[in-house]
Amino acid sequence: MKVTINGQEVQLPEQVQTISGIRKHFNIEQALTIIEQNKKIVDKNKYDSQALSDGDRIEIVHFVGGG
Amino acid sequence: MNNRYDRQVRFDGIGEQGQKKILMKHVGIIGAGALGTHVAETLIRAGIGYLSIIDRDYVEYSNLQRQCLYTERDAGEVLPKAVAAKKHLEQINHNGHVNAIVGELSGKLFSDKFSTCDVIVDATDNFETRLLLNDLAIKYKIPWIFGGCLGSKGLTYTIIPDETPCLSCLMNHMPFSNDSCDLSGVIAPIVEWVATQQVVEVFKLLVEDHTALRGTLLYEDMWTNEHISMNVQTLKNPLCLSCGRHRTHPYLSESKKRYRTSVLCGRDTVHIRPEENMKLDMSYMKQMLMKDELPCVDNGFLLHTCIDGHRLILFQDGRALIHNTSDMKWAMKLYMEVIRKGRTCLTE
Ligand SMILES: [Zn+2]
Repeated sequence: MKVTINGQEVQLPEQVQTISGIRKHFNIEQALTIIEQNKKIVDKNKYDSQALSDGDRIEIVHFVGGG
Repeated sequence: MNNRYDRQVRFDGIGEQGQKKILMKHVGIIGAGALGTHVAETLIRAGIGYLSIIDRDYVEYSNLQRQCLYTERDAGEVLPKAVAAKKHLEQINHNGHVNAIVGELSGKLFSDKFSTCDVIVDATDNFETRLLLNDLAIKYKIPWIFGGCLGSKGLTYTIIPDETPCLSCLMNHMPFSNDSCDLSGVIAPIVEWVATQQVVEVFKLLVEDHTALRGTLLYEDMWTNEHISMNVQTLKNPLCLSCGRHRTHPYLSESKKRYRTSVLCGRDTVHIRPEENMKLDMSYMKQMLMKDELPCVDNGFLLHTCIDGHRLILFQDGRALIHNTSDMKWAMKLYMEVIRKGRTCLTE
């Protein structure tokens, strides 16, 4: 399916169906992130179950800690 | 005063009244690295009345790529960053009162030096200090402005105690991550972007124009052109141990442990912190090291020596940086051997 991630359109492979799938796909499972789906922050306990739909707008904020 | 602030006084958001407030107010900056130096320079140019800046490190050549204020000479002299920053800030604008603190943030130090701040800017490079700052800022009800950057990514959020979610609220929402050290490096433009976002929020708070505050978590990746402004108000957690109804200031309690060691991210360096009130007799320490025929340089602020090929920097407050190792146990053993040669006392 096609979703928009951080303002950029991305074609996801078929096996990516959830927020967890996105984290795995982009190799950011270890990163500190807050993820929003269609303007709603996704609860971290729902990453595995939260399904994606075609056209979703996903925002991923990386909690970078340098200074 | 002539008209050195003329351009910002003409700006409607500040005006004469706003400038008067800026000239009287007190900002704290935690960290005098890349973010801290940019924030401090802009604030001193803007006429901030009182600036307190704390840093635990010294100037190195690798800092000069992105940390403004500092020069090759500061690195050559191994000056503590807080000392070097004060020197340059006073050259830029002698009207501001700059209080430079060489040390590690602690509860006692905060209550002595930062509890009268109107705003505090986070310019640290680690979440351990940020979570301590978060507890302290909430305890003293001082707004503080989170800032972080890495690579070409930057992030900032303004935390108003009892109004917005706090840093713990945000961090508790994120899936567990072992605080792994990222060695990605960083480019100066993203540092400047974060510092700029922090300073403009400081201005709004200083002139008391709270309606102008941004209110969102702001994220930017300057290389991939990603920009996000996220509303995180829903993450405010009434059960948060740092800012909730039954707050226990957990990170403040944790910070009172006797000796704490940490490996500095990407530096192959161990940082050792003794208990809060320790004071080291520096000239006696120097004598003892020289008696053992160890090379020893004293620049009036810190001592550096070299033991078995490891550079060791000792600060007056008993902290040490031990280079070329990330073995905390070994570094602690070396530290104890060295510190026992000296004389220490506890300040009140
Ligand atoms: Zn909280």
